[in-house]
Amino acid sequence: MAQLIKQGNVANDTWTTLTLAEGETPESVALPAGDVIFPLAVWRARQNEIVSCHKRIGLLLQPDDKVEEIAADLQYFIVVAVHFPKFVDGRGYSTAALLRQRYHYQGELRAVGDVLHDQLFFMKRVGFDSYALKDGKDAIYAIGKGFAPFSETYQASTDQPEPHFRRRTA
Amino acid sequence: MYKYDAIDRQLILDRVEQFRDQVRRWQAGELTDDEFRPLRLQNGLYIQRHAPMFRIAVPYGMLNSAQLRKLAHVARQYDRGYGHFTTRHNLQLNWPKLTDVPDILAELAEVDLHAIQTSGNCIRNITTDQFAGVAADEIIDPRPLAEILRQWSTFHPEFAFLPRKFKFAISGTDEDRAVTWFHDIGLHLKVVDGVAGFTVIVGGGLGRTPIRGQVVREFLPWQHILSYCEAILRVYNRFGRRDNAYKARIKILVQALGVEEFTKLVEAEWAHAKDGPATITQAEYNRVAAHFGAPAYETITTVDAGYQAKIVDDKAFARWVERNTQPHKVPGYRAVTLSLKKHGVAPGDITSDQMEVVADLADRYSFGELRISHEQNVILADVKLADLADVWRVAKAAGLATPNIGLLTSIICCPGGDFCDLANAKSIPIATAIQQRFDDLDYLFDIGEIDLNISGCMNACGHHHVGHIGVLGVDKNNDEFYQVTLGGRQGNDAKLGKVIGPSFSAGEMPDVVDKIIKVYLENRHPDERFIDTFDRIGIDPFKNRVYEGRAHGKAKAAEKEAA
Ligand code: HEM
Ligand code: SF4
Repeated sequence: MAQLIKQGNVANDTWTTLTLAEGETPESVALPAGDVIFPLAVWRARQNEIVSCHKRIGLLLQPDDKVEEIAADLQYFIVVAVHFPKFVDGRGYSTAALLRQRYHYQGELRAVGDVLHDQLFFMKRVGFDSYALKDGKDAIYAIGKGFAPFSETYQASTDQPEPHFRRRTA
Repeated sequence: MYKYDAIDRQLILDRVEQFRDQVRRWQAGELTDDEFRPLRLQNGLYIQRHAPMFRIAVPYGMLNSAQLRKLAHVARQYDRGYGHFTTRHNLQLNWPKLTDVPDILAELAEVDLHAIQTSGNCIRNITTDQFAGVAADEIIDPRPLAEILRQWSTFHPEFAFLPRKFKFAISGTDEDRAVTWFHDIGLHLKVVDGVAGFTVIVGGGLGRTPIRGQVVREFLPWQHILSYCEAILRVYNRFGRRDNAYKARIKILVQALGVEEFTKLVEAEWAHAKDGPATITQAEYNRVAAHFGAPAYETITTVDAGYQAKIVDDKAFARWVERNTQPHKVPGYRAVTLSLKKHGVAPGDITSDQMEVVADLADRYSFGELRISHEQNVILADVKLADLADVWRVAKAAGLATPNIGLLTSIICCPGGDFCDLANAKSIPIATAIQQRFDDLDYLFDIGEIDLNISGCMNACGHHHVGHIGVLGVDKNNDEFYQVTLGGRQGNDAKLGKVIGPSFSAGEMPDVVDKIIKVYLENRHPDERFIDTFDRIGIDPFKNRVYEGRAHGKAKAAEKEAA
C-alpha cells in the first residue's frame, strides 16, 4: 500500500480506486459503494449513475487523458488523482498545472503511482496537495526533507503565482 | 557579467545539500539505480566507459577568472588535471569519483558555479554567441535575456521530466554564431519598428535525425519570451512521444504535427498566459542588463605603434592576430580566441595549468572575464591592441596560441570511443591524425577557412552535420569506419552536409581529407573559400577524386568473390 501524505502528515486513506478486472468494461463494471476514485472512462460511461448513488466522487486521470475534456465536470469531484506510471513521465505536472491554473479546480489533487521523495517539491509547486508515496519509501523523511529542498523559486507556478522578479523589493 | 545575489547563491547551496542527500540515500539503498539516474543526470553526472563523467555548467559561455581558477583546482584535485570544453559551453571532467561529486559541487558553489540541468530530460544550459556584447555586428546583447531564461528554467517544476533533453540557443547578431537553426528552441533577437524581440524557431536538432528548425513566430516582443516558451514546453511535455527515446525530441513532434498545427497549439496555449505574471518587466530587464554593461574601456584614438611594428616584423604574431583575434566594437580593442586546438591534443581539452594561465591573462588584459565558444575555444573578449603581443607570448608558451581558428585543424570533435559508451568509433585519434597531416602552417593558411567536425556516432555531439567536412563514426561488422559529408554549414544559411559515399577506415581518413582539399585547391577561384567552391562545383568532383581507383559497392563485392 502506498502511504498517503497530506497536510504534512501521514494520513489515513478513505478512498479506493476502481480498477477494471479482465473482461470488465466501463459500461458493465459494478460500481462499489464508499469513497471511490473512478477511471475517466467509467466516469464518462456512467456519470449519471455515479452522481445519483455517490456523494463523494473521485476521478483518476492517466497521463494522456486530456484535462480539457473534463473541465466542465470538475464541480463533481472531491479528489482528482493524477497517475504517474513512471516518475520520469512528467505529463502529470502539466495536467495538474492546467487543473489548478486554468480550470481553477479547488478540491484535493492527488499524485498517485510512482510517487517518490525527490519529485514532491515539483508536485507541490504545480498544485498537488496529497501524495500517495510509493510503498517502501520513508514517508517521515519525505515529509521532513522532500517538500522544500530550495528556499526560493524563480518561476511562477500554482503555489506561487508571482515569479521571483515580481517579488523583489529592490 | 551577471553577479549572483543572495537568492541565486542560496539556491545553488540548497542544490549541493539536496544532491549530497540523494547520493547518501542511493548508497544506503534507499534510492534504486533507476530512481537515482535522472537525479544524477540533472546534476551533470553520467556513468561512462571508464568512470563517471561530470559536466559543469558555464551558462551562456561566460566565466570569470576566479571561476576558471576553481575549475582548474577541481580538475587537479578530483580528476587528472584537465577538463574538456564541449560544444555547449560546458566543462566536462572525465574521471571524477561519483562519491566526490557532492564535495566538488560544494567547491564550485563557492564561486557560483554548478552543474544544474547540464544533462537529463530537462531544459539544458542555454548557449549563445561567444562574442556577445563585443561583436561589431550585434543588434542586441543576448546575455541579459539568456540569464533571465536561465533563472526561469532552473528547477522549473512543470518541465523537470520532459520526454527528452531540451536545448536553447540565442543569437543577437546579423550573422548567427549560435547554431540557432539546430536547437530545440532557437531565438534570434532583432528590432522591428523600434521594438526589440525574437524570431522563435522550434524543432531543430542534430543527432540521429538531423532537422533544421522552423519558425513558429516571426516576431515576439521580448517581454513575452518566458510565457511563450512555457507554452511551447507545455505542448511538448504533454504531446511529445515518450514511447521511444529516439523519437522523443520536440523536432519529431513538430514534424509529426506539421509546423502549422504545432504553431496553432502553441498560440492557443499562449493566449491564456499572454500578459500574465511571467511577462518580463522592464525593471527586471534593467536589473539583469546592468550586469552586462560595458567594462571600463579606454578611449583609444590611434593604433598602437608597438603593435603596428610587430605586425610587420613578426610573421608568426601577424598570423596569430589574423586568425585568432576578431574585430571589436570599441576602437583599439580586439577579441582574442585562445585555441584549444593545438595539434596532437584532443580538441577542447585544457589542463589545470593552462586554465590558470588563462585566468591570469583575463585578469591582466581582459577585465577578469572570459568566454567559452561552441567551437570549444576560450575567448578573452576585451584586449587592447597594445597588449596583444604580451597575450600572444604568454598564450604561446602555454600552448594556447596555435593560429588555426577557422582553419582545417581547428576541429570540433566529440569525446568518441576513447571515453563514450555510445560511440561507434573513436574520434580524437582521427582529429589528431588529420592535424598531423596538415601540420604545415603555410599550407593551412593557404587552404583558408574551413570547418571540419567529427562525431563518434550519430548522436552528433561533434556537430558533424554542419561541418563543411563532416566525419561520422559508424560501425561496420564491429569495425570502426568513418562516413564523410560535405557542404554542411552553420550560420544564417545553416544546412546539413551530403554524404559522399561509402565509409572509410581510420587509416584512410587523412588521405581522404587531403584529396578533398586538393580538389578544392585545384578548382578554387581567387577569394573563394572551400565552401564557396563546393557550392559552385558540387559534390561530384570530390567524390570522383576520393573514390578514384577505389573499388567499392558492387565492384568490391565482386573483388571479394574473386578472391
Ligand atoms: C561522453 C558523454 C556524452 C554522451 C553519453 C552524450 C550523449 C548524447 C546523445 C545521446 C545525444 C543525442 C540526443 C538526441 O538526439 O536526442 C547527444 C547530442 C549532443 N551532444 Fe552529447 N554526449 C556526450 C558528450 C558530449 C560532449 C563532450 C559534447 C560537446 C563536445 C556534447 C554535445 C552534444 C551536442 C551539441 C548534441 C547535439 C545534438 C542535439 O542535441 O541535437 N555531448 N549527446
Ligand atoms: S557523438 Fe556519439 S560518440 Fe561522440 S560523444 Fe556523442 S554520443 Fe559519444
